[in-house]
Amino acid sequence: MFDFIKENLILDEPLIVGANVSILLTLIGLIFALTYYKKWKWLWTEWITTVDHKKIGIMYIIAALLMLFRGGVDALLMRAQLTVPNNEFLSSQHYNEIFTTHGTIMILFMAMPFLLGLMNVVVPLQLGARDVAYPYLNNLSFWSFFFGAILFNISFVFGGSPDAGWTNYAPLAIEGSPGPGINYYLLGLQISGIGTLLTGINFIVTIIKMRAPGMTLLRMPMFSWTTLITSFIIVFAFPILTVSLALMTFDRLFGTHFFTLTGGGNVMLWSNFFWLWGHPEVYIVILPAFGIFSEVIATFARKTLFGFKSMILSLVVISFLSFLVWVHHFFTMGGSAAVNNVFSITTMAIAIPTGIKIFNWLGTLYKGRIQFTTAMMWALAFIPTFIIGGVTGVMLGMAAADFQYHNNYFLVAHFHYTLIAGVVFACFAGFIYWYPKMFGHKMNERLGKLALWFFTIGFNVCFLPQFLLGFAGMPRRVYTYVPEDGWTALNVVSTIGAIGMGIGFLILVYNVNYSWRHAKRETTGDAWNGRTLEWATTTAVPPHYNFAVIPEVSEIDAFWHIKQQKKEMKEESISYEPIHMPSNASTPFLMSVLFFVAGFGLVFALWWMAVLGGIGILACMVVRSTSSYRDKGYYVSVDEIRELEQSNQGEA
Amino acid sequence: MFKNRKPWLIVTISFISLFVITALALRSDLIILDPKGPIGAIQKDLIMYSIYFMLAILIIVYILFAYIVSKYRDRNNFNAKDYQPDMHGSTKLEIVWTIIPLVIVIALSIPNAKALYALKEPPQSTMNKEPIIIHATAADWKWIFSYPEENIETVNYVNVPENHPILFKVTAADSMASFWVPQIGGQIYGMPGMVNDLYLQADEPGEYNGRNSNFTGAGMTHQQFRFVALEEVEYNNWVKETQDHAPKLDEGTYEKLMLPETVDEKTFSSTHLAFVDHGTDSAYAMKIREKYGVEIKGIKVRRGE
Amino acid sequence: MLHANNKSLNTPLEYRSENGRLNIFGFWIFLGAEVSLFATLFAAYFALKSGTVGGPLPNEVFDLTNTIIMTLLLLTSSFTSGLAINEMRRNSVKSMIFWLVITLLFGLAFLYMEISEFVLLVHEGASLGTNAHWSSFYLLTGTHGVHVSIGIGWIVLIIDQVRKRGLTPETAKKVFVSSLYWHFLDFVWIFVFTGVYLLGMVG
Ligand code: HEM
Ligand SMILES: [Cu+2]
Ligand SMILES: [Cu+2]
Repeated sequence: MFDFIKENLILDEPLIVGANVSILLTLIGLIFALTYYKKWKWLWTEWITTVDHKKIGIMYIIAALLMLFRGGVDALLMRAQLTVPNNEFLSSQHYNEIFTTHGTIMILFMAMPFLLGLMNVVVPLQLGARDVAYPYLNNLSFWSFFFGAILFNISFVFGGSPDAGWTNYAPLAIEGSPGPGINYYLLGLQISGIGTLLTGINFIVTIIKMRAPGMTLLRMPMFSWTTLITSFIIVFAFPILTVSLALMTFDRLFGTHFFTLTGGGNVMLWSNFFWLWGHPEVYIVILPAFGIFSEVIATFARKTLFGFKSMILSLVVISFLSFLVWVHHFFTMGGSAAVNNVFSITTMAIAIPTGIKIFNWLGTLYKGRIQFTTAMMWALAFIPTFIIGGVTGVMLGMAAADFQYHNNYFLVAHFHYTLIAGVVFACFAGFIYWYPKMFGHKMNERLGKLALWFFTIGFNVCFLPQFLLGFAGMPRRVYTYVPEDGWTALNVVSTIGAIGMGIGFLILVYNVNYSWRHAKRETTGDAWNGRTLEWATTTAVPPHYNFAVIPEVSEIDAFWHIKQQKKEMKEESISYEPIHMPSNASTPFLMSVLFFVAGFGLVFALWWMAVLGGIGILACMVVRSTSSYRDKGYYVSVDEIRELEQSNQGEA
Repeated sequence: MFKNRKPWLIVTISFISLFVITALALRSDLIILDPKGPIGAIQKDLIMYSIYFMLAILIIVYILFAYIVSKYRDRNNFNAKDYQPDMHGSTKLEIVWTIIPLVIVIALSIPNAKALYALKEPPQSTMNKEPIIIHATAADWKWIFSYPEENIETVNYVNVPENHPILFKVTAADSMASFWVPQIGGQIYGMPGMVNDLYLQADEPGEYNGRNSNFTGAGMTHQQFRFVALEEVEYNNWVKETQDHAPKLDEGTYEKLMLPETVDEKTFSSTHLAFVDHGTDSAYAMKIREKYGVEIKGIKVRRGE
Repeated sequence: MLHANNKSLNTPLEYRSENGRLNIFGFWIFLGAEVSLFATLFAAYFALKSGTVGGPLPNEVFDLTNTIIMTLLLLTSSFTSGLAINEMRRNSVKSMIFWLVITLLFGLAFLYMEISEFVLLVHEGASLGTNAHWSSFYLLTGTHGVHVSIGIGWIVLIIDQVRKRGLTPETAKKVFVSSLYWHFLDFVWIFVFTGVYLLGMVG
């Protein structure tokens, strides 16, 4: 056992040792602080075992911010390496590990959980519901995501990181990559994928079955709509990933021949499966982002969303098309002209509904009364920036031209323009917009805007040159180049931009701390003069049951209309009724720990550990099945409701 | 005090950055937009054609955006008549902005389809010449070129006559690689057990950078080759010279090429096609690696250096 | 969440609680995900079918009568599981449990035959690591088999719960959902039977 640890703990890379030490110190510090302030019980009952969708959402967001930090450090290391030619800052192997973890973390452990976090916080409130359909599963979703992410993340200090790219192409990831790195990738994604799938099911049922009375589908807020459509994509796309990961795990651990060079395996099958999931995946992250922008823009343009029905229609069309375009990720695989032509057309067709959405946002701004809050400015920054990502996507969709763009920096620039200007801007916009709902106070606007300018200008300075680097023939994923390539100047500019983004992020994080200390506490539930039901709670931070009385909906922009009617009649004689709520759950946490144990066992082929973990997981399921009757929940008494409704801040 | 200066500061920073980037772009050679052969030219024309459309879209949206955001900005002298909170759509407008992108997509699809079919054929300009066939095989982390007719094999460089169509038969011994000479034409994957055809042609003599652009592990960055276009006579001389003087390629030497490492340029007067066809045999390199004790799969060993 | 029974007595027991309705609907969505999962496994199987190097061909080793018996077993079990639900609707716990047990026995017989088939195949040189064809064969049929095993374990647990608690909206929901699952496995098997065995015999 000791040998095993000694062999795998990475102690020869100064960067990693530094990380080792700081992780250790942080952990010790945390444990000490929790013990000193006697917070263990609080942590357990208020957070770890909570089934409250708002708290689960906040945990998702905290985890996502941590991952954004890790992924961002990866990014800065890569930019540092590429700034000048023939740089020896990182070795080729180290560079490869870093871009692999960067890509995987940013998409699966940053963008997804950030959005899932916002969905968790907001969607039940927007629907006028007390919680999601399956609060118990929701807790399991979070913890299996979390332990999947942990499993993936420890690779760099223990055993070595995956190094075959986030696309993890075979046969490189099988025959070309000895060591546990790829196993970490396979198992980490597998475990967190379980959580994602459950969340998808959970939200479909919540949205279809648990809307407030009167809220027809056409009166449902846009963010809930995008969540619904996204959840459907998740339900159909994630099993593809599950199977692909499982097959490759078998290839690596049990000698099967799915994607291998030997024994009749087919390396192209992995690419197909990966992108059959992977392309829907990019829409899984962009659609909720669209939903966030729709909410923010409507709120601060003080207007109802333009073209609501065509917005929904284009959502549906996009989600449908997203399953029909995967081949555009490998036009260069030698498909016939006819095949490439068909996939070119389906790919470019996605630009049509996307374009409709952009114009509808412009239509929403038109004849509005636009307030330049920080959240709104992120949404406004999104439109002109994201559209660059969109049009370059169309350029990439032209297969004959893609033979030139493929695998070069033009592609890299494209997807960062969509993922950062689309998804990350949306995460920030949503975070700031719903911040008072989560924490009872707004974020500081001045610091927020400062962060915005650093980040958006830095972003463009970082990635605009990369389109040109693509035209200059610089391939992606190379760890260095020579002066004669002529790529130096643009790379220097790009790195400067990256530093700007880093500063922007730090200011944003500092703003969390600053606002916590200085911001004025909200006294109502309606921080921004909002339009949808999440702003209808009486307290700034909604109590765990959300609504003392479930609101009735008669229009789109429900809360906006309730407010206009309320001007006439003053609400006085509300009679409360006891509210039934589900109780906390500890099995999901335990089960996720066991997932981690089993996963770790598989990564290192420690069969006893994998088997023990597996048995433990089954035992948890049996326990759940036999004891579900005891999970009766509890009633919140009228007195308690009355008290909570009168405190301004809610439970914060 | 900050109020009035700040927007200008931001605008200035943005424009300076944009200016610097453009200036730098003009100074670096955007080789994809400066092709030296008919294949690259087809692609460049298509790229430029699409860029015009895209610029038009960007400009229209930017103007609309700037106009709307500045006109409807809430401010002290905001004209309340401009504010119509209940305006929720316009079928006419929505149809317009469905049709416009549709038309653009059609306008882009047609030349794209034409180009896709054209790229599967040898270049038009040299229809009368019989294409020279060269097998290009990627093996971690080198490129192996075999001239079956001439019975020549080279490593990490390929000589071709200018103004003559070449048919590359691209494959790989191990990882999935991509064969790319940016200034001559777009790329195609080389995959073990399969062969992809790619026509290329250089219109001017010269040396062009070629490489593997698909990620294949530690040595991928250095998996480059020289693509040398010679004048017809020069090329023929080189072929003669090589056939007469270069050593033969024996199996032992070739096996060494299957190990994952980078190597220098090499020239032989016989090809590996005599003992292995990577286009059908995807397991060959793995067997060799096993024979030489190179670790393929496993979980104990961490990493090289 | 658990709400009071707010549907009339005409609605089946399992649909009577809010909880029951939500769970049944959610389970349908889950089955959608399962369809996608098996579709991917089928895709892998068909893509790799021709990778038969170094191993026997399917039509050399398949025993079709065996598979037809397996198919009949599973089909019958699906039918008896339907009978169990019928009995549940009539509120007769005893005969419901009877049919559930019959269902389980058929399921066990199916599993027994599948495992013995695998053992036989391995003896004839067609094992998990033989080649791409057999890898994908085992993963597809194996995943189905694991699902059947989980189903059996699950139904055993549920029978026990019904015996302890009688038929309540909660237990009825579980019986109903597990029978949905069982029918689904039968449905998948039909595709395995035609796609893998019948087509495998043809060549
Ligand atoms: C207008 C819509 C879009 C079109 C037409 C489009 C088209 C494409 C095409 C053709 C490629 C493959 C290029 C190649 O590999 O050579 C690509 C790559 C990519 N796109 Fe898009 N795209 C669009 C929107 C988006 C959005 C909204 C996102 C994400 C939020 C996105 C994320 C990506 C990513 C991550 C990759 C590359 C992944 C990789 O190879 O590592 N795209 N896109
Ligand atoms: Cu895509
Ligand atoms: Cu192929």
